[in-house]
Amino acid sequence: MPDLTPALLLAGGLVVALNAYVLLGGADFGGGVWDMLASGPRREAQRELISHAIGPVWEANHVWLILVVVLLFTCFPPVFSQLVISLHIPLTLMLLGIVLRGSAFTFRSYGGDDIPSQRRWGRIFSSASVVTPLILGMGVGTLAAGRVGLPRTGNFAADYVDPWLSGFTVGVGFLTLVVFAFLAAVYLTVESAHDLELQEDFRKRALGAGLAAFVIAFLTLWAAREEAPLVWTGLVTAKKALLVQALTAAAAILALWSLYARRYRMARLAAAAQVSLILWGWALAQYPHMVPPSLTIHDAAAPAITLKLTLYALAAGALVLVPSLWYLFRVFKTDPTH
Amino acid sequence: MPFSLEGFAFFTEAIFLGVYLYGWDRIPPGAHLFAGILVAISGAVSGIFVVIANAWMNSPTGFELVNGQITNIDPVAAIFNPASFQQALHMTLAAYAATGFAVAGIHALLLLRDPLNSFHRKALGIALLVGAPAALLQPLSGDLSAKNIAEYQPAKLAAMEALFETQTRAPLLLGGLPDPESRTVRYGIEIPGGLSFLAHGSFDAEVKGLDQFPREEWPNVPVVHLAFQVMVGLGSLMALVALWAVFKAVRRHELAMSRRFLMAVAACTPLGFIAIEAGWIVTEVGRQPWIIHGVMKTADAVTPMPGLAYTFAGFTALYIFLGVVVSWLLYSQIIRSPRQQAWHRTYLPPVVEATLAREQR
Repeated sequence: MPDLTPALLLAGGLVVALNAYVLLGGADFGGGVWDMLASGPRREAQRELISHAIGPVWEANHVWLILVVVLLFTCFPPVFSQLVISLHIPLTLMLLGIVLRGSAFTFRSYGGDDIPSQRRWGRIFSSASVVTPLILGMGVGTLAAGRVGLPRTGNFAADYVDPWLSGFTVGVGFLTLVVFAFLAAVYLTVESAHDLELQEDFRKRALGAGLAAFVIAFLTLWAAREEAPLVWTGLVTAKKALLVQALTAAAAILALWSLYARRYRMARLAAAAQVSLILWGWALAQYPHMVPPSLTIHDAAAPAITLKLTLYALAAGALVLVPSLWYLFRVFKTDPTH
Repeated sequence: MPFSLEGFAFFTEAIFLGVYLYGWDRIPPGAHLFAGILVAISGAVSGIFVVIANAWMNSPTGFELVNGQITNIDPVAAIFNPASFQQALHMTLAAYAATGFAVAGIHALLLLRDPLNSFHRKALGIALLVGAPAALLQPLSGDLSAKNIAEYQPAKLAAMEALFETQTRAPLLLGGLPDPESRTVRYGIEIPGGLSFLAHGSFDAEVKGLDQFPREEWPNVPVVHLAFQVMVGLGSLMALVALWAVFKAVRRHELAMSRRFLMAVAACTPLGFIAIEAGWIVTEVGRQPWIIHGVMKTADAVTPMPGLAYTFAGFTALYIFLGVVVSWLLYSQIIRSPRQQAWHRTYLPPVVEATLAREQR
């Protein structure tokens, strides 16, 4: 075990926050995907369930991303700087997606009874929900592949486009999208316990997305062999990584089995574990680097005093945050028949 | 530090906003009210932290510069930088004044049409209770800010007042078009000694002019001066209307019964927000060419990616679009159809909804 330095603790906190964002904010994006793909006789009921499930919590869910950005900016400034320079275009597009998505969701809720305008906002909401995770995943893929912070050549495309545009990064983008959709569908099976037909709709969607995630994960890994050797070695050849891979696979199989057996609460737990393990697998694979192949956690860390005070702030913040979040979810997520 | 603390304040705000907006019939009224109070507190705290970070850019403290390297970092000293208090106070009051007057303005507009509506009458009173005291205190807070800027950012003050030459008995300039090339101001009204008094408390004090700074370290004088005039002008208008409201309240006049007063309040609806924008232009453009005053130039901080004009244009277009949509939604939801059911569910407790339904019948 490495020493638990403040920098390492904060890097861990960063992954925890990202993990929460993926499980909560990710599911919100996934909800938007199913809003777009709503079909069949219960199409409007599906949309209503999604909107009802997202409404009270989406704003809090997306603050996790703000926490990630703030921690990165405060505690690891060189990482922040390299990321925002190399990924300027995708990050800008992502920001655009997040802003449009939230605004469209709000405009749709408050737009009154004007059906055509509601449809329009609904379309913006759902397209932004599809595009944003795709780009988020592409950015993560670029970072993992060691293509952030490369020396600049002066050629625009080579510096600001090529690093994040490859078969591998697109693969990670689609993986992110499908995983978010999978999470959302699994959560929605629990939220639709009052309507068995609706629940069955989302069960089918969850099973489909879960299987699709398997296929895309293997395709992406295959692309990594050629295009992102760092990821390939990190995920496949390292011994510690294989253990995480085995656990991930076990959680994935449990999630699919629980869905098949209609044990939805179990499925929710297993799906959340599976997705968290994918994230931690990536983080462990590139440890101790924050920006592979060269920038490590300790090289990138801000001065000790900043780290120490941020840790205190995190601890104090958690004292407020944990009970508040618990209250939010208790109020809105305990009574699905309401 | 302010950013990480702001993160948590923002989190609390988002959580309890969700509880407040969607929780009308899920939690007891006391808990619901408490959620609203938490939104107000955490919203104010989060705003204060963000402004403190900006104040640090204006008067950076808590570090030492040795050979261009930043050392001896003291994040706590950075929080309590010399501009923190004045700037946080000024912006917090501005937020309450602008929002109070915007809400009061909308209700005043509706009362002009329907003067007997008790919902709008109560709402007008509540909104003015928030907006008027803030608008009245704002000139005092502005005075604190001006004295602080005179001490720590004299170039910004000189640009705000278009003071090209250092002088004692410096005049306060009202209006006017500054011309940085000829270093003159056209069409302005000067109040002798006014600036010396406001900046340093004495009519004979010396105020530093732009001649103390190399030409390449001047901010854009016409922009800063005009924005400052807009901010002060609109702020003064709002303070006058607030004074009128206080006068009426002291004499126990029914606010909704004076059409002239309602028209004045309605006219104030957008003024607070325009004044806030103008104020940010003063402080941000007034700091140029620095992004961190005296430490780092904006040109050195910007991302090396070329073509930033496209990003800028894109975000500007996006926010203009969103602004138009929000205005239109506010118009169609609140002004055109104040009794529409759609927004009652979220903004009004069931009791008020029932009352409105009864009135409608």
